[in-house]
Amino acid sequence: MSDLRELYQSVILDHNRTPRNFGELEGANRSAQGYNPLCGDQVTVYLAVEDGLVKGVSFSGSGCAISTAAASLMTQSIKGKPEDEVQRIFEGFRRLVTANPRHEVDAEGLGKLAVFSGVREFPMRVKCATLVWHTMRAALERAGEPVTTE
Amino acid sequence: MRAARDRALPPRFDPERVRMDFPILQQKVHGKPLVFLDSAASAQKPQAVLDAMSHFYASDYANIHRGVYELSLRATQAFEGAREKVRDFLNAAEAREIVFVRGTTEAINLVAQSFGREHVGPGDEVLITAMEHHSNIVPWQTLCQEKRALLRVAPIDDRGQLILDEFEKLLSPRTRIAALTHVSNALGSVNPVGEMVRMAHARGIPVLVDGAQAVPHRHVDVRSLDCDFYAFSGHKLFGPTGIGCLYGKAALLEAMAPWQGGGEMILSVSFEKTVFKEIPHKFEAGTPDITGAIGLSAAIDYLTALDLDAAGACEAELLAYGADELAAIPGLRLIGTAEDKASVLSFVLEGIHPHDVGTILDQEGIAVRTGHHCAQPVMAHFGVPATVRASLAVYNTRGDLDALVRGLRRVREVFD
Repeated sequence: MSDLRELYQSVILDHNRTPRNFGELEGANRSAQGYNPLCGDQVTVYLAVEDGLVKGVSFSGSGCAISTAAASLMTQSIKGKPEDEVQRIFEGFRRLVTANPRHEVDAEGLGKLAVFSGVREFPMRVKCATLVWHTMRAALERAGEPVTTE
Repeated sequence: MRAARDRALPPRFDPERVRMDFPILQQKVHGKPLVFLDSAASAQKPQAVLDAMSHFYASDYANIHRGVYELSLRATQAFEGAREKVRDFLNAAEAREIVFVRGTTEAINLVAQSFGREHVGPGDEVLITAMEHHSNIVPWQTLCQEKRALLRVAPIDDRGQLILDEFEKLLSPRTRIAALTHVSNALGSVNPVGEMVRMAHARGIPVLVDGAQAVPHRHVDVRSLDCDFYAFSGHKLFGPTGIGCLYGKAALLEAMAPWQGGGEMILSVSFEKTVFKEIPHKFEAGTPDITGAIGLSAAIDYLTALDLDAAGACEAELLAYGADELAAIPGLRLIGTAEDKASVLSFVLEGIHPHDVGTILDQEGIAVRTGHHCAQPVMAHFGVPATVRASLAVYNTRGDLDALVRGLRRVREVFD
């Protein structure tokens, strides 16, 4: 049960219920789609990038609580950040959710994203948390193909 | 003989006792007794199947149909004995009408690639239903694209039942084959296959039946159904993975070209010409899953000894009980409420994604399937991306369903 509470922390449940920056972004100049064939999760990430800065970000789509909260919290954590810092946050986030559960949590520089540390106890759910991040990176790098978790 | 004996002494069917035959079910998961409700994906194996396979490897194993030595003889007899077992199980006329394949998927691909490529041409039609598993969609879609033929789909209603009139209307002079599921894996709906076969045959159209979800739950008699092809997988029938069967009427199989070439399926090979073996061997290129067939044979023995009719009655009662209990959970919507239904309780919980439901249930030791169940068109029909699916088998009890209901209340607690 404690593992479950670790996974479904109140912040995650809150962002699932009322996702932030949800919907198409006006003035977006980049976007990408992501798809998880395992559970049918679909997400589109919209970015407004100017002078190497993520000025605006939003997402749309449907998915489980973990993927919706991951998308919502991602938008908050990268908004206003330079591209290279966004990449660094992404790497930190990926380390957080795929780390060995026996090791200490390393959430340095991740701020609120640390609520996802419980995901590492649930290997089947890692893709739920990372799909939107991969999709965001594809948008950032202007890759045309839809991203999948496979 | 078997039927006569059953009438004389009806054995009481007790799922609690059946459960004891399955070693994997005697464990705890996350500290809770395992409640396995995902048999529609793959069923667990009784000790008798494990023993049969282990004994075969330990005592009788060799390649089949070649060696003149004792072990090869024993292995060949066991393998062909398994074929005869399947024939009897399906009540096929002859053992040569049973082709061993990897599973239902391979069986359907075999028919699409051999029979389909021969008979389907530009402008022709292949008819399926809206409740097919991807494995009874994709092989036909690929064939139709290649042949510039049309894939027609018979619709289902809001309860997940086939609309029989529409199916009949779609049987056209251009229909070259109808491929339909016996029991829907995502909804549990049972199709009136016998009637559908009669409708198709009245127009000279052959029928393939996907029986993957049917054989674990009811007697299947291919001669009374009169279907032309019937496919099923061993692993859903309490047998091992890697083995399945295609039944085909002898005359059809004989007229069909081999699908794969190689050893085991030939009479003679020269660089100029190869002469193929008779059916079923011309469809069994390469060394087959010999031990898989032995395991499947043991699974059929196990299942038929249980008394399938009594087990079916017990399951129907369990299914009705589960449907009632689930319906009482606030915000729960059952997907698929067909009049004639087998094994499957598919549902969504308002505001909670099936994936989250599955993770929380797992923490309670309950194994269910969450996702689109390889039936995305079915999900689209009901306007959901995915469902939670609990599916029943001979070893499931009321206790399992009570645990599921408790688990779902737990899900609500976590989310509210």
